[in-house]
Amino acid sequence: MATELRGKETWGLALRKHWRLYSLALLPVIWFLVFRYLPMAGNVIAFRRFRPGGSIFGEEWVGFYYIERFIQDQAFWQAFQNTVIIGALTLVIVFPLPIILALLLNELRSRVFKRFVQTVSYLPHFMSVVIVAGFVFELTSLDGTVNRLVKLFGGDPISFMQQADWFRTIYVSSEVWQTVGWGTILYLATLTTIDSQLYEAARIDGANRWQQTWHVTLPGIRPTMMVLLILNIGQFMQVGFEKIFLLYNTLTQPTADVISTYIYRVGLTSGQLSYATAIGLFEAVIGLVLVFSANAISRRVTGSSLW
Amino acid sequence: MVNTAPAPTTDVVGAETPDLSRPRPETTTVKDTPGYTVFRWVNTTILVLVAAVTLYPFLNLAARAFSSEAAIRSGDVTVWPIGFNTTTLMSVLEQDLFWRNYLNTVVYTVVGTAIAMALTTTFAYVLSKKYLKGRMILIGFAVFTMFFTGGLIPNYILVSQLGFKNTIWAVVVPQAINVFNLLVMKSFFENFPEELEEAAAIDGLTTYGIFFRVVLPLSKAVLATMVLFYAVWFWNSWFPAFLYMDDPEMYPVTVFLRNIIAGATGTGEGLSDVAVQIGANVKAVTMLLTALPIVCLYPFVQKYFVSGVMLGSVKG
Repeated sequence: MATELRGKETWGLALRKHWRLYSLALLPVIWFLVFRYLPMAGNVIAFRRFRPGGSIFGEEWVGFYYIERFIQDQAFWQAFQNTVIIGALTLVIVFPLPIILALLLNELRSRVFKRFVQTVSYLPHFMSVVIVAGFVFELTSLDGTVNRLVKLFGGDPISFMQQADWFRTIYVSSEVWQTVGWGTILYLATLTTIDSQLYEAARIDGANRWQQTWHVTLPGIRPTMMVLLILNIGQFMQVGFEKIFLLYNTLTQPTADVISTYIYRVGLTSGQLSYATAIGLFEAVIGLVLVFSANAISRRVTGSSLW
Repeated sequence: MVNTAPAPTTDVVGAETPDLSRPRPETTTVKDTPGYTVFRWVNTTILVLVAAVTLYPFLNLAARAFSSEAAIRSGDVTVWPIGFNTTTLMSVLEQDLFWRNYLNTVVYTVVGTAIAMALTTTFAYVLSKKYLKGRMILIGFAVFTMFFTGGLIPNYILVSQLGFKNTIWAVVVPQAINVFNLLVMKSFFENFPEELEEAAAIDGLTTYGIFFRVVLPLSKAVLATMVLFYAVWFWNSWFPAFLYMDDPEMYPVTVFLRNIIAGATGTGEGLSDVAVQIGANVKAVTMLLTALPIVCLYPFVQKYFVSGVMLGSVKG
């Protein structure tokens, strides 16, 4: 507004002048404190004994007791390994596919067909993870379509969801189905901002279609790619908990159990709340370190970053 | 069905506003090389397959929902019902618990979206005021929660201790602000014409008056987008209800569906053959009814979702 002051404005002055504006932020700030920052502080029970019904910050200090326990816990390391594998598969397979799909869509000349493919491919994004899990069970069941295809090619029906070997393939496939179409939006938006004179110049220099894509289109969408890559790396450890929770069972657990599902079982099924919190804190700290490192590396190497 | 034939090679002049279905502007009228013509056919085929694979589970679901149990068991049902019947549909629709849970979902969605909108719009408006002292602190305060959270157990303890278990609050309050949506709204308000607010201030309106009577009424499009984002989120949400509710009367329909799926596939306690057979049909109908509102509404509101994402990408 016009009354903006240059230089130092004291808090007292700012509050007196804009108290109505600050008052609008009051409820949201309280919400963040209670539902985001209080649970963060609640992580302290990773170092304190927690008694159900007692203080949410626990009863007495136990130091690194729970940390030491999970470091020696075989089941935790199994879950850790599965998390890294599923996270890596997601990053390597699911992250590049929207770029490829966006580039393919970009080569279409029929607006109607392009819009049709876009509309269809966005739809799975809006489905509840429960529905997606339902689709997975239907398609992979013994009477499902996948086994129909297996039989068509002369194979024997496979009970996919009962076999640990199949879990990662099925999980990643369902991620591809649900997220790739929606993932193209930002790339398509960036593609519309690339100056067509660049293509013209490349063509005059003798670049063919493929070289235009390689030397004009890809550099044009690189900042978007980097930002999304950093965000994806930040979520590396939080592989789709809800979906895995819905899909896995005791038979597929050897490959399917990830840190978040392990936390659920240890904490809420077995009631070892402090122990599960220690694991959760470890996971959250890794996530934070990953996103800050990815951001720092990207800023130095490519110049694009989140902040 | 759709036009899969190669489009004419004339230049297409697109609108200035980002239209994502606008084809790439052609830089030249030079004839395509044979290699590129082949590529375009392959490309069209790939994209037809992408669309088909995306749609198939939906068509298969609809076909199973109206097929006889025997046909499903034989594994012959693909995209067209075999042994058409509506018995399963009727049997699901006659269940009181299903309706009860469906109604819960509607209530949770409406209440959750209302709370979310109230908190998100007010906070986003405050954060959009660049002259405000402490603005960057508040933004950092919100954004930090995108990268570091309390985790499952501390959240569970908090929500339980607040006495939210088996109440609507467990489902709607802890998820009331989505920071991504907050940033989208903030960047929208940042571009709101300042002159309008200044004129309203000269007319004697306070900050409250400006916000509620000038800014919000002129932001209907972005508000609609946010309402849709939140409504879909609450409609699809199941885990908070699963976690905090043990009274089946309070479940949203997603938990109702989850229990059917879990019971029918053996991820839950029961792994009996009977459950497997009953499940096949009932599961399909319940899934269909849960997904239906979104699938039906989706084609009409798709453009709002797309514009919401693009708004967020301006600066987020």
